[in-house]
Amino acid sequence: MNIFVCVKQVPDTETKVQPNADGTFIETTSIKWIMNPYDEFAVEQALLVKADNPGSTVTLVRVGGVKDTEALRTALAMGADDAVLVEADDNLDSYTIAKALKGGIEKAGKQPDIIFAGKQGIDDDALQVPQVLAQMLDLPAVSVIVGYEKSGENISVKREIEGGALEVYEVSTPCVLATNKGINTPRYASLPGIMKAKRKPMQQLTLADVGVSEDDKRLKYSDFKLPPEKPPGKKFDATDEAKQQEVVAEVVKLLREEAKVL
Amino acid sequence: MNFKLSTEQLEMREMAMKFAKNEMIPKAQEYDEKEIFPENEFKKAWELGLVNTCIPAEFGGAGFTALDSVVIGEALAYGCMGMNTSFMANDLALLPIVIAGTSEQKEKFLRPFTEEFKIAAFCLTEPGNGSDAAGIKTTIKDGGDHWILNGSKMWITNASKAHQFVVYGTMDPNLKHKGLCAVVVPSDLEGIVMGKKEEKMGHRSSDTRSIQFENVKVPKENMLGKPGEAWSIAMKTLDHSRPLVASSAVGGSQRALDCVKEYSKQRSQFGVPISKHQAIQFMIADIAMKTEASRLLVHKAAWLLDNGERNTEVASYAKAFAADSCMQNTTDAVQIYGGYGYSKEYPVEKLMRDAKLIQIYEGTSQIQRLVIAREVLGK
Repeated sequence: MNIFVCVKQVPDTETKVQPNADGTFIETTSIKWIMNPYDEFAVEQALLVKADNPGSTVTLVRVGGVKDTEALRTALAMGADDAVLVEADDNLDSYTIAKALKGGIEKAGKQPDIIFAGKQGIDDDALQVPQVLAQMLDLPAVSVIVGYEKSGENISVKREIEGGALEVYEVSTPCVLATNKGINTPRYASLPGIMKAKRKPMQQLTLADVGVSEDDKRLKYSDFKLPPEKPPGKKFDATDEAKQQEVVAEVVKLLREEAKVL
Repeated sequence: MNFKLSTEQLEMREMAMKFAKNEMIPKAQEYDEKEIFPENEFKKAWELGLVNTCIPAEFGGAGFTALDSVVIGEALAYGCMGMNTSFMANDLALLPIVIAGTSEQKEKFLRPFTEEFKIAAFCLTEPGNGSDAAGIKTTIKDGGDHWILNGSKMWITNASKAHQFVVYGTMDPNLKHKGLCAVVVPSDLEGIVMGKKEEKMGHRSSDTRSIQFENVKVPKENMLGKPGEAWSIAMKTLDHSRPLVASSAVGGSQRALDCVKEYSKQRSQFGVPISKHQAIQFMIADIAMKTEASRLLVHKAAWLLDNGERNTEVASYAKAFAADSCMQNTTDAVQIYGGYGYSKEYPVEKLMRDAKLIQIYEGTSQIQRLVIAREVLGK
């Protein structure tokens, strides 16, 4: 089987985000990048499927900046076979990313049987790329999957819906499956895996190579700024027992009139 | 001159830190309290290639440099210095084979450690001989078609868990260091008697015991080098093992630093977080400074080794400085936490207990100074 995994590189969850100078994106110069955590589930699922289907390959596709390739190296060290990297700015919209991913997959030179992706990137949380990609490739797609099983020629997947209930879908291949937390426990990249990763093939392409131009961009970002700082909380002194009644009445009044939560 | 670790080393550190945070830290306190041997963590670490880093590639190892191994060692000690003692003891017990073994011996005694999860133990110290290693009383006598091993060993890490020991003994105690021999002893030989488990101040998850060797018949081909050569094997082993042990102290210091960074920002006194008080800031600055200085010495000691240069002096700088700094840093961490630091509810008292041992084992901080003075002043 030809298994593909779409991988996004996102700022580390502990990053203190700052807008860049012209307000068109966040400042990325000193950011520590990691593989999008939801994509770790996608990589792990791809490796599990590969283990069940000897002779399969796992190919990674990523669209983004090339200064740091942390996400791809991690996934290669976990056990993926090769990678396609489409060089692009890190602030592309979902449509453009999906189109570039499609181009990257086509350039890999093999027909995909399954394309895995994380259900969302934890940076812009758009939750769109897997579905848009599936639409562009004219493939069925299921997102937020927490269960994967082979079902004859098809795949049976469980997807989480609101209220904690599960839907079960039977999907034909090829298809796009977007993983959620809970589907598996991503493995660690072993140290020998890390040593081997640097010798694995990584094909590097430009947006032009995959047929994406400025005209494809659907969103233009401007005016990035931090949310206004929260005003400090009010403190009430209730140490004097005689005044406690009064203080409580004051708190209730403010909760009702100012905070409007009662 | 380049102070930057390679991309691969940074990835290794990242991965080892992830392992330390997810697999070791959540268990560290319980294992310490109940003296539980970290069998599962050890095995997982082995599966991921985090232990036995000294085994060369031609005998199944990953081909790590000494610098790689101290980078990994620091991260594992960050997770738990006690568990890391068990992990690291494997390397200490395999290093003499790496250094002095023949190809056949390496094939026989190293490769199995790359094929399945196995534990090793290094037996040098005796009830009456610690720092004075040349005064060993354990005897290794020629018994015709085998060696006969007799004597008792003390403070042996991984003792009851080990599949294989490297045991130091002497042909004749009167010969002092010229009589020393080292043999590889499989743990299933007859005549090996385990002492009771020692109850320790720190590193309580590691299995530490005395071992009695009673007329143990060791195959002739298990001797490392020639009889009487073990002193030089031991000295060469120390050049490798001291940076590794020192890296454990760096891991402990880094952990102390991260703990106080977090705690001092959330603990308020006199209306502000204690991190705003200069008295606390100075202590934290000292911890940060000593941690980085220790790390640089450890990296240099390993780097010299990787570049084929003599590192004895720098290895002792690294071992003594990193261990003494770790003791000071963890003690200061307890001080910054105040009453909470003295309580088992918080992680720093364990760091302080664990740090103490690093000043003692693999050459005390005083022995390191002896080595340094000898190097500095000439013999």
